[in-house]
Amino acid sequence: MVKQGVVPDELTKPFWDAANQGRLEIQSCSACNRLQNPPLPACSQCKSADNLEWKEMSGKGKIYNYGVVYDCPVRLLQQDQPFNLAVITLDDDPGIQMYSHLPGTPVDDVPVGAAVEVIFEETANGQKVPEWRVVA
Amino acid sequence: MTTQNAPTSMYRTTEGLGVWEHKGKVAAVGIGHSPTTRRWDGTAENTMGANSIFALRQAIADAGVDPADIDGLVLDPVTTTGAHWPEEQPIPMDVVNAYNQTDDPLDGIAKLSAEWILKNMPELKNVKFTMYGMGCMSHAIVVAAQAVGEGRTHTCLVLKSWHNLEGRYNQSGISATDTVPGTFAMSPGRTLWGAPGSYGTALQFAEYCRKYGKSHDMMAPFMANSRRNGLMFPEGYWAQHRPEALTAEDYLNARWIAKPANLFDNDIPIMVSGAYLFTTAERANDMKQKPVYILNHASSRGAQRSILPTLDEVEAETAETGRKLYEGAGITAADLSFENMYDGFALFHQFHLEGLRFRGMQNGDALDFYQTDISIEGPNPVLPSGGNIGSGRSRFWMHTDCIQQIQGRAGARQITGIKPEIGVSGGPMPMGGNFTVWSASPD
Ligand SMILES: [Zn+2]
Repeated sequence: MVKQGVVPDELTKPFWDAANQGRLEIQSCSACNRLQNPPLPACSQCKSADNLEWKEMSGKGKIYNYGVVYDCPVRLLQQDQPFNLAVITLDDDPGIQMYSHLPGTPVDDVPVGAAVEVIFEETANGQKVPEWRVVA
Repeated sequence: MTTQNAPTSMYRTTEGLGVWEHKGKVAAVGIGHSPTTRRWDGTAENTMGANSIFALRQAIADAGVDPADIDGLVLDPVTTTGAHWPEEQPIPMDVVNAYNQTDDPLDGIAKLSAEWILKNMPELKNVKFTMYGMGCMSHAIVVAAQAVGEGRTHTCLVLKSWHNLEGRYNQSGISATDTVPGTFAMSPGRTLWGAPGSYGTALQFAEYCRKYGKSHDMMAPFMANSRRNGLMFPEGYWAQHRPEALTAEDYLNARWIAKPANLFDNDIPIMVSGAYLFTTAERANDMKQKPVYILNHASSRGAQRSILPTLDEVEAETAETGRKLYEGAGITAADLSFENMYDGFALFHQFHLEGLRFRGMQNGDALDFYQTDISIEGPNPVLPSGGNIGSGRSRFWMHTDCIQQIQGRAGARQITGIKPEIGVSGGPMPMGGNFTVWSASPD
């Protein structure tokens, strides 16, 4: 499944640059010692923009939940329907979620709770994006 | 006249505010609806603006009020169902010129300002207060109720309009491009991974079913009941255009959109306008219809920690909404005759029921409750309006129904199993909505 290409913008550039280098980085407020995803211009807890940084994650997570997409609004993905769309929680902080198409996992045969690890896939314009695979 | 968005201070968003200071002092006295259509037919007679005027005039006539006595107008200026005017498409000037224009040619077609309404309804010559309740009718109602309570306006129209254009829902624009901006790609909604609109709700429902041992097929009686009630709603889309019952078999055989959400779990986008007339309790006594008093309004502004609200986050928020509603209205769950909480998407209605502790329900009880008598003839009417599932996506049928049920004007849909004295309605989302308590009595 090839996703739409991504053009990094100011807020998200560190995330996408890290992905191109094979690292998963998540935004963090050093004052609150708290991760947040999606990234925001300010910390959602202390509301300050002054202490935001990017932290490398272990790349390990769990499948929290999933659905199967049969009628996708994104044109580029429609040829791949139906497909799994899961929510992954990070082992570094289970409050942090990421989407995944779970490459390699059969459609609608998703082991909720299973361990996953991050991989990096190329999107339509070559920008890499974090994805997740079930750990064998 | 420049119209401002309602300040956040007009919304009651926290617990501990006590009984609403304007409890029972604001009443709904008029209702108006335009006809429904699936999409705009391109004619000047059937624009969203035309529908708006139709609904407003009907609400005024219904209340029996002299338009010159109306001094307020609250509406949502955003009217899209998901359809946006394509940049490259010329704007039909014959349609624009059929009305008194503002400086935006799409005003009255694909967006709606208070100025456009006032320019095209010359009978509203004494409107001095206008305000935007951004989001949907549930916002506009709260803003109008608060405005009347605060004395900013004494006789106020409340309007929500929807336009729908050609094309499939949310499939144009950024969904059809080859690249997307980085922030969009990482946002909680549609994003790079292609989640349909109902995906988040579908996941909360999946988690709910896993936690409480329930299943999607247990939704069928609720869905059939909602369509049945909707077909008795002559103002609604299904009653007007497709008077077909929805059987359990139809529902269970429907195609998936984002499993476990199927086609019918998603409401159908339509074009329609709805309007109400609110006034003070004193003035309401002189009007044509029996007043329906607002006991309280409350808003949810809960936010999830990360991408999608978890079941825990949703349940905490809907329970808090229930507590806020009861606290401000000075009532308890036992005082509710019926409920009309939002249902677009169908798979989150149970969160509202459980959050309200409707008929003593606790978390995980609602799908079993759906297997009992939830009809308008029974003792526990669930969503007597039929909601968006029963009548299409207006996000206001439930408000209309609360008013009509309490007035005894719900026609074939009239609740008979109990006496409809206090109802609650609102939405759109369990995390992020605005809710109103309606009552036959101001106390
Ligand atoms: Zn912080």
